Amino acid sequence: MDEETAKREAARCLDCGICCECFQCAEACEARAINHDMTDRLFDINVGSVILALGSEAFDPSSLDTYSYARFPNVVTSIEFERILSPTGPYEGHLQRPSDQQEPQKIAWLQCIGSREINRCDHPYCSSVCCMYAIKEAVIAKEHAEHDLDTAIFFMDMRTYGKEFERYYDRAREELGVRFIRSRIHTIEEDPKTHDLVLRYADENGDIRIETFNLVVLSVGLEASKSLVELAKRLEIELDQDHFVQTEIFSPVETSRKGFYVCGAFREPKDIPYSVMEASAAACEAEKVLSDVRGTLVREKTYPEEKDVSSEEPRLGVFVCNCGINIGGVVDVPEVAEYARTLPGVVFAEENLFTCSQDTQESMKEVVQREKLNRVVVASCSPATHEELFQETLKSAGLNKYLLEMANIRNQCSWVHSQDPVAATDKSKDLVRMAVARAHLMRPLSEPTVSVDDKALVIGGGISGMTAALGLAEQGFHTYLVEQSSELGGNALRLLNTWRGDEIADRVKKMVHQVEGHALIDVYKECSIKEASGFVGNFQTTISQNGTDIALEHGVVVVAVGGKEYMPTEYLYGEDERVLTHLELDTAISKGDKKIAGARTAVFIQCVGSREPERPYCSKVCCTHTMKSALKLKEMNPEMDIYVLYRDIRTYGQREELYREARMRGVIFIRYNPESKPEVEKSDRGITVTIRDHILGHNVVVSADLVVLASAIVSRDNASLAHVYKLPLSKDGFFMEAHAKLRPVDFATEGIFLAGMAHYPKPIEESIAQAKAAASRACTILSHKERTVSGAVSVVDPDLCGICLTCVRTCPYDVPFINKEGVAQIDADTCHGCGVCVAACPYQAITLTSFTTEQIMAKIDACFIQEFRNCELRIANS
Amino acid sequence: MEKFVPKIIAFCCRYCAYAAADLAGSMRLEYAPNIRIVLVPCTGRIDVIHLLRAVEDGADGVLVAGCLEGGCHFVEGNFKAKKRVRLVKNLLDKIGIEGERIEMFNLSSAEGPRFAEIANEMTERIKALRLSHLRR
Repeated sequence: MDEETAKREAARCLDCGICCECFQCAEACEARAINHDMTDRLFDINVGSVILALGSEAFDPSSLDTYSYARFPNVVTSIEFERILSPTGPYEGHLQRPSDQQEPQKIAWLQCIGSREINRCDHPYCSSVCCMYAIKEAVIAKEHAEHDLDTAIFFMDMRTYGKEFERYYDRAREELGVRFIRSRIHTIEEDPKTHDLVLRYADENGDIRIETFNLVVLSVGLEASKSLVELAKRLEIELDQDHFVQTEIFSPVETSRKGFYVCGAFREPKDIPYSVMEASAAACEAEKVLSDVRGTLVREKTYPEEKDVSSEEPRLGVFVCNCGINIGGVVDVPEVAEYARTLPGVVFAEENLFTCSQDTQESMKEVVQREKLNRVVVASCSPATHEELFQETLKSAGLNKYLLEMANIRNQCSWVHSQDPVAATDKSKDLVRMAVARAHLMRPLSEPTVSVDDKALVIGGGISGMTAALGLAEQGFHTYLVEQSSELGGNALRLLNTWRGDEIADRVKKMVHQVEGHALIDVYKECSIKEASGFVGNFQTTISQNGTDIALEHGVVVVAVGGKEYMPTEYLYGEDERVLTHLELDTAISKGDKKIAGARTAVFIQCVGSREPERPYCSKVCCTHTMKSALKLKEMNPEMDIYVLYRDIRTYGQREELYREARMRGVIFIRYNPESKPEVEKSDRGITVTIRDHILGHNVVVSADLVVLASAIVSRDNASLAHVYKLPLSKDGFFMEAHAKLRPVDFATEGIFLAGMAHYPKPIEESIAQAKAAASRACTILSHKERTVSGAVSVVDPDLCGICLTCVRTCPYDVPFINKEGVAQIDADTCHGCGVCVAACPYQAITLTSFTTEQIMAKIDACFIQEFRNCELRIANS
Repeated sequence: MEKFVPKIIAFCCRYCAYAAADLAGSMRLEYAPNIRIVLVPCTGRIDVIHLLRAVEDGADGVLVAGCLEGGCHFVEGNFKAKKRVRLVKNLLDKIGIEGERIEMFNLSSAEGPRFAEIANEMTERIKALRLSHLRR
């Protein structure tokens, strides 16, 4: 080539868009989903509310040159480590390191990478989640490792402040051997031959140590992405100095622009439970403005009339899924489908690439109608994944949705026997045969509809209860608010300021005024809950007010009974009036108590009653409250000497800013271990606080005029309320939600919701978010006039009942009762479908419609008896 | 002689054991392919007659897996199952079939690895006990 042509060819390669438009991808895609002519399209949509759930990005540690993330192959970020552990990651779940794919024997985690850092990046805040995720990664890495794995986490403060997190930390440290080293590593060095990494650090005694690790994980923080910062500008949403969306403590999901709401990490770095809560809270705010037009744009789905198949011989269709290669890559799917065709009653069997795909639903409908199927068996993933989807498809095809049976040949077969495809195929055939055997005996079930009482009951009149009540009432639902004491406001009545500086008393007064004046809220004070019955949509609760019983009927319950301050027995509390708890300090300041401003030396002691063997949890708010109070004291009296005696400073998220300010203002922080707690004694010079300073290695004696104890938040006496509604309590006495991460405001019992400190200690903004979330979740029930109840329930045959009362005594929900005719009766509306009564009944008078004895026996028989014919005989005889 | 391949039936409660088995799958843990899971809403649904039927049909092993004690989704169903499994164990011992062929296990829905462990443990146990007496 000449120079000109050569340059042109080179430019063509350099401008390569990689795609050569050969259209092979379009041809290969069986679903015809690839269209090279697609362009960006702009849509105009008219909406009433907007929710921003734009998330955050992981911090890129390339700019922190002393960690050499970009140069050393075995320095990875925590996100990359997640991928290393993942079965769908680059090493298929095998614990290996990048440079040589060998299993590391020593892994180090460095905390606070890109967080709590103002020197090399502008992120003074704490990213809230990294301490927990590092512990998790260490624990799971140990599980994955084939040999003993040494894991070391280098940290400044261990921030395990969430529900059950402290226990997880304790277990990792004490039982699983994860090492925790309090030191912030400055530099990572590498051995160029082995690519091992060398960390040099000072331990807590001041001794320099050098350790070599095979892999170093940088626990990167979260930051707002640049593109989202620009988007926020375009949308005219105000951001704060950390580029997160600006909100207020008392309206945690409302942005600066009316009608725009925010949730999750875009608001502030946070973990899954709080992201989920905020999301439901944002939904609550979004719904409030739209409550007048609720339902006006809903399109009702229509279904064909349900075919009556009760007199028909079973005609089964079997659909065997490949799930891409998830099943097909291990199990011989064509062989399983072929086998299914040989089974009695099966008139149709086919294999699908993805049985759950939209086009397969369409073809299943056609097949059901064409082949006149009256039972469907899907051999695929777990029913937990797609049972509802396939039930929908049956309904759309005119079949009762309970005529579906599934065989789990993925989660419980191909995914766990991938090394033995022959055994996996055999097992799949067995599972399909068992499913077919049960399907023969399945019957259509009806789902009764019950009307929904669209009133709500909120228990607890503090900030959480009031927020929930307002959230419900402003959506148009009549709400009863029940409070034990003589006034609304709860713990907030004793608090001074939020950590952002808002005056609490004022805001609480406003809220109380709003609640008491609201037309749709009935407030009952000085009340206790006496008893309750019913089920979601139809509850009856009796409350007792000054000796009088009042019966309330409602569709949902929100439990917002709060928590209370632990009354210390240590540190001279109760023996000297200069020793106060946080709440007492706030009260003293608001009353202008002279001993506060006049104090020359104040000492704050953290973790009083928390993180102890009797209470192995963190009370979450105390570090922040101490910073706030210390700054307030400095403001009142700049000459005051202030000491904070702590174990870990847990000013998570943007609260970290307060810790920085406190240090700048000269507050002195001294760390202590639970083995060497501070000693507080009375002396003629005031109160003497003796503490072993962690840097000097000597005892330091402070003469204090004021000692403030960061006292734990403990659960209230929840046992009787828990008993009334059959709600579970955790070991620490707080209420237990349905799922720690994904359902943080639901109880497992439908129709009952949870908010505030009754769930776990938390600051005001989180209580408000959780209360709004509870209101929003409750509205999913109240907004329907009727609901269908599951058809999978127990039914008593009155002719067989021997009135032995065994079922009445056995049922964990007190559902069976002896009716007017003198025999046991179970109402479909209230039965939970567990079947415990069925097994207990000595007359075999009870049937669980969805798991009949015959169905179970048929499955057992089909499991072991190869010839199905024998199986049929057994069914006919039983 | 054909190599003995045990076949073990496992009654798993929907809320814990079945979910743990699903999780073991999501985690891609490998375990012995000898168990066949029967889903039940609660282990309290299972009666002695179901367990005996399995033995009668030639099961080499029977495994009942429910929620952790104190954590039963339906409050106490797993305690009822525990008693019934014990009864069947004693009965089998009396009639000359090893009571170890049937076992009750408890685990939470978060314990994927434990499920795999249980499957392997039971399979090893049955391999040692050999073929079901009813199929000899």
